[in-house]
Amino acid sequence: MINQELIGKWSTPVENSIEKGAVRKFAQSIGDPNPLYVDEVYAKESRHGRLIAPPTFARTLDYGVVVGLVIPTEGLIHGEQQFHFERPLYVGETLWCSYRLGESYSRSGSLGKMTFLIFEEKGVTPQGETVFTSRSTVIMTQGSDT
Amino acid sequence: MRYPVGTTLPELVKGPITKMDLVKYSGASGDFNPIHTIEEFAEQAGLGGIIAHGMLSMAYVGQVITDFAGVDADLVDFGVRFRAMVRPGDKVICKGTVSKVEEKEDGEYVYLQVVAETESNQVVIKGNATLRYL
Repeated sequence: MINQELIGKWSTPVENSIEKGAVRKFAQSIGDPNPLYVDEVYAKESRHGRLIAPPTFARTLDYGVVVGLVIPTEGLIHGEQQFHFERPLYVGETLWCSYRLGESYSRSGSLGKMTFLIFEEKGVTPQGETVFTSRSTVIMTQGSDT
Repeated sequence: MRYPVGTTLPELVKGPITKMDLVKYSGASGDFNPIHTIEEFAEQAGLGGIIAHGMLSMAYVGQVITDFAGVDADLVDFGVRFRAMVRPGDKVICKGTVSKVEEKEDGEYVYLQVVAETESNQVVIKGNATLRYL
């Protein structure tokens, strides 16, 4: 069971550096040859003036923990994912990332009781500028809530 | 208007996805959920075998969008619903269409509808994205 008192509580932000090697490996793993992610000379001359990360790379960052919030790890279904970017993530920059469980509700369906968890994440520069926000919908089926 | 409504994005065919692709994505993303890499575990979880990371398919769709955007546009919004599972051996065919264009103070906004499907026309991802041209 999800502790309802922890809904809306942000995790303590975690420092993440957007590492060149991590971005390169990620771009390779998704088979995306976009030079903006890997070619320093090309990226420097682009409008961004530096390497950037693929949009979904944001999902791989460390968002910390909400103390006491326990989510089962098995039987979860990733239902939806949304990102909003103020700008791309820059390689070499530092972002402070945190998340919260924004909302949780249950519905009964053909698969039995399903609980929807809406997580919200954000990445903020050391100067306090929000670079991106995201929302993930995770569905817990009855089997996972053991 | 840069791209009229109805403009289709160049289609991108990814895969067939291999188990090695999933091992690599696990490592690069840090998502080591064994349903994506360990056959026995995925079987026991009732999935009938390994399934691909939803976020991998989303990344494929992201490539269609960012290829179309090039260096001129910023990706402002990108959201998807995961509709079906993708398995090793599947190709993921990613498509997009311009659904709306809007001139705003800070640039031209191009709204896209995107979809990914397997070779058997099973829709695995449906979503949308917004690009801003400065």
